[in-house]
Amino acid sequence: MNSNNKEITVVAFCCLYCAYAAADLAGSMRLQYPANVRIVRTPCTGRLEVEFFLKAFENGADGVLVAGCEEGSCHFKEGNLVAKRRVNYARKYLQESGLEPERLRMVNVSSAMARQLTDHIKDMVETVRKLGPSPLNKAKRQQQQEIKS
Amino acid sequence: MIVAERKTIPEIVDIIKGHKNILVLGCGTCVTVCLAGGEREVSIMASALRIASRAQNLGFKVSELTIERQCDNIFIEQAAEAIEKADAVLSLGCGAGVQAIAERFAKKPVYAGLNTKFLGILEERGTWTEKCAQCGDCVLADYGGICPVTRCAKHLLNGPCGGSREDRCEVNPNRACAWQLIYKRLKDIGQLDRLEKISMPKQWGTSLSGGPRVIIREDHRI
Ligand code: SF4
Ligand code: SF4
Repeated sequence: MNSNNKEITVVAFCCLYCAYAAADLAGSMRLQYPANVRIVRTPCTGRLEVEFFLKAFENGADGVLVAGCEEGSCHFKEGNLVAKRRVNYARKYLQESGLEPERLRMVNVSSAMARQLTDHIKDMVETVRKLGPSPLNKAKRQQQQEIKS
Repeated sequence: MIVAERKTIPEIVDIIKGHKNILVLGCGTCVTVCLAGGEREVSIMASALRIASRAQNLGFKVSELTIERQCDNIFIEQAAEAIEKADAVLSLGCGAGVQAIAERFAKKPVYAGLNTKFLGILEERGTWTEKCAQCGDCVLADYGGICPVTRCAKHLLNGPCGGSREDRCEVNPNRACAWQLIYKRLKDIGQLDRLEKISMPKQWGTSLSGGPRVIIREDHRI
């Protein structure tokens, strides 16, 4: 996933009804956000299972952002609250497995909050950059370098 | 049903160290219902172990499989191929499941990935509570169907202890006093007179004290 050794990739699961629409709006408003983010549209953050987050890390993500509706205004009533609990549960697993739990974060925005969404993305990318590439990817890169040299 | 809870990843990593190919084996019965060892938990556990292996350079590989029931030979058969291929099995079945697998595969290390906790029920979403300690000589009939052995913190057969406050147990105020429940229930079903009888000490010989218990049904033996 990371072609550039210095760069990191953040997978952002965005709810169709809020964060994904906000990302669309950010585009219309010409708001910039780092190109490190890969947006995955989801019907509701409540659709996301614990294993989705873990699999994202297994498959090369350095960070995972979950962006759902503001609390109290989920299109499916409480999907975002379910997601919040699952994110917290997955963070526990990450920590136990040796990954910093800060690599997984949930944020809440409405479809009108394009600026806030881009700020969240920037902040997440910054956090992950400070942590450095995921150790899973470090090992893989080392292997690749060993093969090359 | 049997209620269990997962061990932590560091505990499991410590248990399986030295093996290269680990099969995480789930069970589709009790531990699926209590969200500890079914297909989904197997997927999460396997994923987390793979992350741990790569993040900490532990060098083991993880595969996953869930069968209908680990405590039954007919179903264990379906896992035979996967078990043979692996160096070791991390079973997410209850303690009986783990041992059933180990007995069936004499040369294969089989480890428990769960802590089997108790016999209980789903009280509400995400909450399980213990109801029966499997004493082997059920006395529920005397107590309105509420088990004092399991649900009274002091296992009192002639309760209450006198320490309950409101309807809470003095040992843990988050728990209802079992004796309060017994009294209320016997009153509701018109059997308060049962409390006039003094219960004799329980015969624990029917319990685990003499080693593992066996039940033999001659009419079913061949
Ligand atoms: S009396 Fe014994 S068998 Fe009956 S519910 Fe209590 S512990 Fe279980
Ligand atoms: S308060 Fe009730 S449940 Fe608690 S130990 Fe006393 S009798 Fe048992």
